[in-house]
Amino acid sequence: MKKLLILSGKGGTGKTTTAAAFIRFADARAFADCDVDAPNLHLVTQRQAAPQTYDYLGSQKAVINPDTCLGCGQCAKACRFEAIHKAGGVYTVNEYACEGCGVCAYVCPNGSAALTDDVAGQVMLYAENSTFVTAELKMGRGNSGKLVSEVKSRLAQNAHDADLAIIDGSPGIGCPVIASMSGVDMVLIVTEPSVSGISDMQRILQTAAVFRTKTAVCVNKYDQSPEHTDRIIRFCKQENIPFTGRIPYDSQASAAINAGRSLADVDCPASRALKAVYQETMKLLNEVNA
Amino acid sequence: MKIAVLSGKGGTGKTFVSVNLTAVAPHATYIDCDAEEPNGHLFFKPEQTQQTEVYTMIPTFDGTKCNGCRKCVDFCRFNALAFVQGKPKVFPDVCHACGGCALVCPTGAVAEEKRGIGVVSEGLSDGIPVISGILNTGEISAVPVIRAALRAGNGENTVIDSPPGSGCSVMEAVSGADYCLLVAEPTAFGFHNFRMVHKLVSLLHKPFGVVINKTNGVYAPLEEFCANHHTPILLRISYDAKIAEIAARGDIAVTLNPAFAQMFTSLWERIQEEATA
Repeated sequence: MKKLLILSGKGGTGKTTTAAAFIRFADARAFADCDVDAPNLHLVTQRQAAPQTYDYLGSQKAVINPDTCLGCGQCAKACRFEAIHKAGGVYTVNEYACEGCGVCAYVCPNGSAALTDDVAGQVMLYAENSTFVTAELKMGRGNSGKLVSEVKSRLAQNAHDADLAIIDGSPGIGCPVIASMSGVDMVLIVTEPSVSGISDMQRILQTAAVFRTKTAVCVNKYDQSPEHTDRIIRFCKQENIPFTGRIPYDSQASAAINAGRSLADVDCPASRALKAVYQETMKLLNEVNA
Repeated sequence: MKIAVLSGKGGTGKTFVSVNLTAVAPHATYIDCDAEEPNGHLFFKPEQTQQTEVYTMIPTFDGTKCNGCRKCVDFCRFNALAFVQGKPKVFPDVCHACGGCALVCPTGAVAEEKRGIGVVSEGLSDGIPVISGILNTGEISAVPVIRAALRAGNGENTVIDSPPGSGCSVMEAVSGADYCLLVAEPTAFGFHNFRMVHKLVSLLHKPFGVVINKTNGVYAPLEEFCANHHTPILLRISYDAKIAEIAARGDIAVTLNPAFAQMFTSLWERIQEEATA
């Protein structure tokens, strides 16, 4: 199975819009949303049946038994995450700061601190004609990379005979992005022509280089600044990064999204440009290991 | 007063709102907590910047003291340690620096050393203190960098530009804020993610209000949601290609456009009223 991941560095450049259109252009049998912090792909991939849902267990969380806590404070002193504070003579754990390392349970002199499982999100699997896996991380939870890995492994298990998987990624360069990159054949970076878009694209390209992942770049809303678009194209040429095209700003694009449709389902300048980007991207993807 | 600006979805205009709000607010410091993709500095172009490295700790093992008991490897819940050729080996990327391995070692063979994961950059832009947390590329967790950036700010008023999403980085960025400003985009994607951060700030019991950015007519679901939840909409900014162009090239709209300056000054005043109400 060839896996194409869509990333951007900067948020809001059009990752999900691109992913949703690619899924329809390719009639993809396997796709996933790895933006577990702010998933949106399900809004534009219409499904009939309800998904199978699975609890995602993140890092365990420490709990201190208030009835037996001696109030000695050893746990708070040893905690590196400032997650334990005194309240009413005993110590309590801030579940958002706790990373589940187990140090408090180790230092507690009478076993009042223990670790418990924590449901940190949900994975949703839609298995119909095609397999779609998405997830939602619980508010404020960390370790989103582990959830991303779970989404990807559910996709691999349920769609092992598909020849193409399209994966929508998250913004940024950290934990979930790095987890989403592992094992993919190529990353398409959707950027936008602004100083922010360019700076963020360069940081995600550096990150992809660390993990030696093949990358290509396209520009969305290119006509908002033709001059920055030219800068991006020159940068890609200079760095030897394939450039797969540019998509104009198109008010019909957000209208389609707001109606729950992908751009592949409407005919407009943006959808035609996106189709050309799709074809160029697929050529590059097919060259991988060919 | 500390105001955190957040959005859930990326690209709704967090940095745009944060930068312009800081520029009109009295004695305000700007702190960029989007350490994975910090962009505020591209607008402020701060001068005389000083960089402070942000470290996390990583264990080191003294082979002469290690007796091979594996207690450290067994204790580590992050699979950051493995026993290779009779010695513990650390995988720095997954180490959470909890210090557990050093704590459990019976022979004192584990020490810790610093490992740089990012920087906090501090400078001035036309008298405005500009602080940016910048995570090194290839690093997983921005949380220590965000924490260090927040600690560097100590002005009378602070505008905190948060990361996208609603996970641990956002929680860290907004945890100390007195007021949260939610920047929403009037689209199906923007609305879906808006509801996630709406839940997050409600959970934290923070006072908050909404700025709807890039409006183009009325997006009813968002307006209705805010009305039903008694969430005040403080400002609606209509989509304007000229403003988008100013932002695209990294200029600060309020410094070029008096009507915009007035709009953000009113927003600042409204936030003061809301926060103390």
